[in-house]
Amino acid sequence: MPLIDAQNIEIRHGATRAVFGVSLSIEAGEIVTIVGPNGSGKSTLLRALIGAIPTSSGTIKRAPNLRVGYVPQKLHVDPTLPMTVRRFLNLPRHVGAKAVRVALTRTGVQELDKKQISALSGGQLQRVLLARAILNDPQVLVLDEATQGLDQPGSADFYRLIEALRDEIGCAVLMVSHELHVVMSATDRVICLNGHICCEGTPAVVTATEAYRELFGTGTGGALALYRHDHDHAHSGDQACTHDHHHEHEAAE
Amino acid sequence: MIDLLNDFMVRAILAAVGTALACGALGCFVVWRRMAYFGDATAHAAILGVALALLFSVSIPLGVLIVALAMGLLVGALSGSTTTPDSLLGVLSHGALAIGLVAVSLMPSARLDLESYLFGDILVVSKMDLLVIWGGAATVCGVLAWRWQALLAEILSNDLAYASGLNPRRDRMLLTLLIAAVVAVSIKVVGALLITAMLIIPAAAARLIARGPEGMAIWATLIGVVAAVGGLYGAREFGTPAGPSIICFATAIFCAASAVGQLRKV
Repeated sequence: MPLIDAQNIEIRHGATRAVFGVSLSIEAGEIVTIVGPNGSGKSTLLRALIGAIPTSSGTIKRAPNLRVGYVPQKLHVDPTLPMTVRRFLNLPRHVGAKAVRVALTRTGVQELDKKQISALSGGQLQRVLLARAILNDPQVLVLDEATQGLDQPGSADFYRLIEALRDEIGCAVLMVSHELHVVMSATDRVICLNGHICCEGTPAVVTATEAYRELFGTGTGGALALYRHDHDHAHSGDQACTHDHHHEHEAAE
Repeated sequence: MIDLLNDFMVRAILAAVGTALACGALGCFVVWRRMAYFGDATAHAAILGVALALLFSVSIPLGVLIVALAMGLLVGALSGSTTTPDSLLGVLSHGALAIGLVAVSLMPSARLDLESYLFGDILVVSKMDLLVIWGGAATVCGVLAWRWQALLAEILSNDLAYASGLNPRRDRMLLTLLIAAVVAVSIKVVGALLITAMLIIPAAAARLIARGPEGMAIWATLIGVVAAVGGLYGAREFGTPAGPSIICFATAIFCAASAVGQLRKV
């Protein structure tokens, strides 16, 4: 049984359809990356999958008592709220000082545990959020634009860390990226989203069956896969769409 | 003890301290969630609650609680529409106050002392009022302690809270209910116009001292209690109105805490 199984879901923001006709499932242990331009509904879809927003139609089934480790796109900590890293990792459940230390060590930021959250840099905060996400020994790790604000070596390090954690914990990983050309090389499946699912498959399958040209691992130690995405395409691969559409994405070409 | 309660000053102090206890920790949430204006709208609606309570001959705290709660729910339901929350809150807050003032003036027996509901009338607190205030304070603190972890997680990120299996929507309703309860119990002490001040000033002062959320809640409560007692003695000493005197004392503490904070940085 899949960890998360979505069938034909539609999500509306008022009158506009942000996501429609999307079916996808996440199996134990696999790494799935959703790519798509800004405004393509990636974050919306992710939030619906974890139950943060309702769908207007379709069904989402989560495995009973599914443990989700969620890393949000950003965390705005109001400066009026005093909060140390250690206290933050004890929310909403008390896990104790030892578990906090272990999780922070795993993500390489053990020295931060007494720092105020609002004083952290973007990269430090990402690792703290990741530490928090692995506290409950998650079955699926969900990351929303986790490398936003990191430079390329920083992203590569972060992806390597996620891969290592996946191997250690054995969790599935579901992540979202707007960097169409940069997809984690360990990804089992790429889903290209623009409101609906345009295409999906392993990076290899996608690149072999589609006219996509790919470049793997240039200068980033193989942690990043460069995944070239053509604009006006007519593809007939895994789950091809048959209509014309244009992606307004900002991928460096 | 019962004899002691016959002393109006003792009753006044107990009422003020009870209000400070109800406001301390909840005030931190008002500051953290930026609900100051929301608190104002809820508190201003209390005047209408007083008028309706007199009209339908129900107890005033009950009338205030119901109308303040209705206002809180209305604001919750309307926010997120096309009007920006800020101007929406302005409309509701001042609209509610004006409607309340008009409603009070239309009361057949205009014996209602409006000023005592706008600014509080702590020196006429009855034993029954004390029961309401301390019961309300115990309820508010109890509920906050019960939902503490969840409420904190939800301030940081709704999505994180959902991913942890919490229900931020339900807890937001709970906060609305608690604020309405605080309005109902504090109106006698500080009055409808200054209830928000009693919520946010001790919390804002506590922020300058605390390093963690629990510390901030405890400091806010302590500062509120000190301000309540100090303000009350000041009011007796100088013959000033009790509610505003308490808020003045709290503001003075805030200023002192800011000054100390600035000095520490230098």
